Amino acid sequence: MSPARGAASAAQWQNPLRDKRDKRLPRIAGPCAVVIFGVTGDLARKKVVPAIYDLANRGLLPPMFALVGFARREWTDEDFANEVLKDVKEHSRTPFRQAIWDRLAEGCRFVQGTFDDDTAFGQLAETLEKLDAERGTGGNHAFYLAIPPKNFPAVLEQLHKADLAHPQEDHWNRVVIEKPFGHDLDSARELNQLVNTVFPEESVFRIDHYLGKETVQNIMALRFANQLFDPIWNSHHVDHVQITMAEDIGLGGRGGYYDGIGAARDVIQNHLMQLLALTAMEEPVSFHPSELQTEKIKVLSAVQLAQPLDETSSRGQYTAGWQGGEHVVGLLDEEGFSKDSSTETFAAITLEVDTRRWAGVPFYLRTGKRLGRRVTEIALVFKRAPHLPFDATMTDELGANALVIRVQPDEGITLRFGSKVPDSTMEVRDVNMDFSYGSAFAEESPEAYERLILDVLLGEPSLFPVNAEVEFSWEILDPVLDHWAEHGKPDPYEAGTWGPASAFEMLRRTGREWRRP
Amino acid sequence: MIVELPGTSATAINKKLDELREQSGAVTLGRVLTLVIAPGSDLVLEESIEAAIAAGHEHPSRVIVVMTGDADAAEARLDAQLRAGGDSGAGEVVVLRLSGPLAGHNSSVVVPFLLPDIPVVAWWPDIAPAMPAQDPLGQLALRRITDATNGADPLACIKSRLRGYTPGDTDLAWSRITYWRALLTSAIDQPPHEPITSALVSGLKTEPALDVLAGWLASRIDGPVRRAVGELKVELVRNSETVTLRRPQEGATATLSRTAKPDALVPLQRRDTPECLAEDLRRLDADAIYFSALEGIDRVEYL
Repeated sequence: MSPARGAASAAQWQNPLRDKRDKRLPRIAGPCAVVIFGVTGDLARKKVVPAIYDLANRGLLPPMFALVGFARREWTDEDFANEVLKDVKEHSRTPFRQAIWDRLAEGCRFVQGTFDDDTAFGQLAETLEKLDAERGTGGNHAFYLAIPPKNFPAVLEQLHKADLAHPQEDHWNRVVIEKPFGHDLDSARELNQLVNTVFPEESVFRIDHYLGKETVQNIMALRFANQLFDPIWNSHHVDHVQITMAEDIGLGGRGGYYDGIGAARDVIQNHLMQLLALTAMEEPVSFHPSELQTEKIKVLSAVQLAQPLDETSSRGQYTAGWQGGEHVVGLLDEEGFSKDSSTETFAAITLEVDTRRWAGVPFYLRTGKRLGRRVTEIALVFKRAPHLPFDATMTDELGANALVIRVQPDEGITLRFGSKVPDSTMEVRDVNMDFSYGSAFAEESPEAYERLILDVLLGEPSLFPVNAEVEFSWEILDPVLDHWAEHGKPDPYEAGTWGPASAFEMLRRTGREWRRP
Repeated sequence: MIVELPGTSATAINKKLDELREQSGAVTLGRVLTLVIAPGSDLVLEESIEAAIAAGHEHPSRVIVVMTGDADAAEARLDAQLRAGGDSGAGEVVVLRLSGPLAGHNSSVVVPFLLPDIPVVAWWPDIAPAMPAQDPLGQLALRRITDATNGADPLACIKSRLRGYTPGDTDLAWSRITYWRALLTSAIDQPPHEPITSALVSGLKTEPALDVLAGWLASRIDGPVRRAVGELKVELVRNSETVTLRRPQEGATATLSRTAKPDALVPLQRRDTPECLAEDLRRLDADAIYFSALEGIDRVEYL
């Protein structure tokens, strides 16, 4: 083949060994190095590093792989490898295997420095170059910013200066960032602009770890692979939708990050909006990443807050109480929070989706800390049957039918419907039909981070929200954040309960009730 | 828990199974398939059950082992052994031994134990029928798994699979080299983007996985594919580089070398039967790539 023809066909070059029908073949990432900034932080140690080991253990990392840590500590490469080993042993999902670890350890490097230190970034560039030569990482680099967003500008600037951000022919540079993506529409736009001046949008991977969860991906399988659910997935049959993410933990020690941010920005803007988008979107034309994004963006652009906000939203702040047999302090007494903090730890909002499919169906989103238990679920609550040929006494105990997607824990799906109580009289009561991932597939599902990090290395963007999605989410949320900032304070609720009274009233006004998840 | 039921009937076994299930708390609803194992002899019996139990971790199954007891006995006789709870991992295991006139009718004995609706997989751990899909047991199954590695003449076995092939057939020799294929494929993903002009597969003579690997390469590339007996390695030749994946015969670490690039080490142990079986149970549709790899074996040059 002539060189000219070779160059022309490089873009559409087809690997003769690859075949779409070859479903056994795992997709192994190409040669690359992952650089973690903030490698001493919790996120890196508990999630990112263990996930990288798990990927190696599953044979999905390339033989030519390197892991580079960047932090202030004075570590040598060996010190760093030992720290990584500790995290791996403590937090990895898959069992520890020495042979796997030995290979991973060979590729561990550490660069010591601060984010304003030009020489440190010079060293980083040098280290990466050496790795390309020694380990054959091929000039492909993923920069994982496991650092607070206030440090993004400095690091991005440095990467730019060190010439590490530019995509080059035949190799790639990608950046991975974690939430929060700003704190309102303006700041989100600013951040996006900043990131995009250094990395083009197709090289930016925003991690919303919820999207890496098996159950969340299963929403699409449930909706679009089955004939059973689609016909009822609309306003003819669905009365309302409740999306809940509850946590039982408090905020002790997280004041620095959380104070002034609050539950709505921390959880609703990203996780719950994404869950809403997947639940409410139309069927994508194909599962190509861009088609999926098109549908998500489309539905998010049709979402708005239900008015008046006084009646359709609620926020709260936990006070001291007994939670699961343990006495816990209120937010105002938590370390790191000011005594008059008006940061909300519980937020509930009502959204309308202005499409033919969903007109008139409210979507209730709620999240909170120190609630009854840790649970995330999406519940479609159906309308009651238009006519019940039973006496009222027979259906006293019959509630509304519901389809609940349990995102965590105990991942699965619950279908709730009425059934006759065994006896000579006709009496109908609610029962559950249960599908549990754990019993249908005994194999543990991979951690969300494994899936997402592998997708970054493969350059597969479907599970990452793009600019437009982030900005639409803020556009939806901003009015209620402004409203809350201007009016009053969060309502107190006792730790260990399901939120403030105002949240319950918010639903009761329309004759509905929150499910107890 | 292991329960022996000598000289019994399908009805009695099913009743006992229900009883055991209630005691051990295992529920049939969680099963995703019924795995029927047909070992040719006691030699591979325990090993096969162990593999099935290990694979059952990923694919909770009811495992039915059916084998010939005393074929020459005058009276038809069915002996059964049930394993549930701790002795069977997540699933339950039924071992059936058929004697006398019953020996030829293994499929009819198995039918009452197949779980409703869910797919049936048949697995012959050593001696497989020439046409698995025509075999009475194979006719019950959606997927039919053979293992040329345990055949009397592994090379002849893997070569004969093509003649007996029906969509839904697969051989564990094929899943044994999946990871080799994945590593080679991702190596070829890298530049230079040139076609592969020739390939060499070398290793033990009695490792049919290598023959099917060579067949796969022959079906994918334009150029000669050679199979040699010698050190364990695969070589892919492109115009400006050669990709070599080699491993010491008994080793657990392979070396991936490319022209003008640093060598890379990669953990690459020989896959054991449970792992291969688990992979084969993952998809129950026809494996078209396996079929073309079988066809490719004919084009391989044996050195």
